[in-house]
Amino acid sequence: MAEPLFEVTDLHLSLPDLNAKPLFGPAPRIEILRGISLAIARGEVLGIVGGSGSGKSTLGRAMLRLLEPTAGRIRFEGADITHLPEAALRPLRARMQLIFQDPMSSLNPRRRVAGLIGGPLRLQGFDRVEDRVARALDHVGLPRAFAARYPHELSGGQRQRIGIARAIALEPDFILADEIVSGLDVSSQAQVLNLLAGLVRDLGLTLAFISHDLAVIRRLCARVIVLQAGRIVEEAPTDRLFAAPQAAYTRELLDAIPLPDPDQPWG
Amino acid sequence: MSFLELRNLSVRLKGSGVPLLRGVSLSVEAGQAHGLVGESGAGKSMIGKAVLGILPRAVEVTGGEILLDGTDLLTLPPAERRRRIGATAALIPQDPLTALNPSRRVGPQITDRLVDILGWTRAAAQARARDLLAEVQISEPDRVMRAYPHELSGGMRQRVLIASAFAAEPKLIVADEPTTALDVTVQKQILRLIAQMQARHGTALLFVTHDLGVVSKVCTSLSVLFAGKVVEETPVGDFFAGPRHPYSAALLAATPRHTAPERALIPVPEAVLAAVRAEVEGSRG
Repeated sequence: MAEPLFEVTDLHLSLPDLNAKPLFGPAPRIEILRGISLAIARGEVLGIVGGSGSGKSTLGRAMLRLLEPTAGRIRFEGADITHLPEAALRPLRARMQLIFQDPMSSLNPRRRVAGLIGGPLRLQGFDRVEDRVARALDHVGLPRAFAARYPHELSGGQRQRIGIARAIALEPDFILADEIVSGLDVSSQAQVLNLLAGLVRDLGLTLAFISHDLAVIRRLCARVIVLQAGRIVEEAPTDRLFAAPQAAYTRELLDAIPLPDPDQPWG
Repeated sequence: MSFLELRNLSVRLKGSGVPLLRGVSLSVEAGQAHGLVGESGAGKSMIGKAVLGILPRAVEVTGGEILLDGTDLLTLPPAERRRRIGATAALIPQDPLTALNPSRRVGPQITDRLVDILGWTRAAAQARARDLLAEVQISEPDRVMRAYPHELSGGMRQRVLIASAFAAEPKLIVADEPTTALDVTVQKQILRLIAQMQARHGTALLFVTHDLGVVSKVCTSLSVLFAGKVVEETPVGDFFAGPRHPYSAALLAATPRHTAPERALIPVPEAVLAAVRAEVEGSRG
């Protein structure tokens, strides 16, 4: 493999457990990530799956340096960014984008779509902002006239497509998508998944796709990492993971998915 | 005679008059599980709330009948209606954290209704709660009864609410997305538990969910809703063998299956949406 875009080595992250803090003295720490190592090649779509509390969102946020790891190394294009100060991170921020689960709370309700997509472009010093906004809307299959709308005038699926448009408009090297279809109805979910699959193909996006839903992961990802309690319990190409899951936890996750089929043995 | 039967039930927002349910008819047989499926805003939860008499203040019933064990609830005086529903039906809610009072121990939250409303003695109610917690496979019922909700995991809290729903031996349980907030492995345990409890107690179940996979595991029949109207009511076997309504077929085609990655994932086509919208709005009851 050529030099990976992202390389994470033995990453640990712990946070203070304020629920268990004694009246005096420091709060005990909770280990959330317990030694994660992974690499993402340019143009790859990596699925990250696990139950709630497995550390999948924390891992994503640590990679983007929204959380500072306790130990381990994060390299982006070979450069160590593990403890880079915020000022030094700033130029990198535009190159790593995040799409959130809930577009209603991640899109400013007082700004029109044009500002939501164009704001980050201006902040990062891009030229021809209107053109770029229009092209981003084209990419996500929304009419250009939507630039004048507010988030509340859009459906959930359309809002999520604005979230995607905002991320791709910056032409980032890496996109982290954190549970971006779990709040959507199946029809909007199908639209967003098909859209992302198309963008991955056409724009060569490098994507880490966090989800609790293996059926969704299978539609999109080439390789999958299964997290449990802050550790990677299995890492495999998607086809192999589904055909021959190795870890007991992966098998348990797969067996628990209720297929829309009354004849599926599920007892 | 079905145990629960809705005839042409219509509900709208007060003031603006926006219709939320447009003449919903469906029936749930005694001891059977009936699924309510549809996209968000289709009116699934509204039906459950109407049956339990807990519609939001901003909403009013404008017509139709809710026949619970043969009696139309909407013709009863409010006090009698509440008494009747309380003695016959119960709810398993979606979010077990907001459904439990965070500042009270779990035990009294199960037994209060038995003591205050149904007139049980406290000792009898506590014995009943302990038995039910054991039945929902909680290994230390006494410890859990003394615990506060935040001391329990999401799956444990949902077990507590299931026990609580079955406490007064209701003939009907409305389950409103009871596993949506849970991990898939916990979801499986909870769904199995609901199905076992429902079969053992002979309870009718009205099961609200957006997940067709879940319906196929728990229910024997289902209604598909669109914009406040039932577009198809059918046995589960027939539905998954081939839904009759184009909108139902489209929903099924949009549902991903990890066992069939080669199958295209098709969003509900615009033409199907336009047709079902015209059908639903044209037939306003």
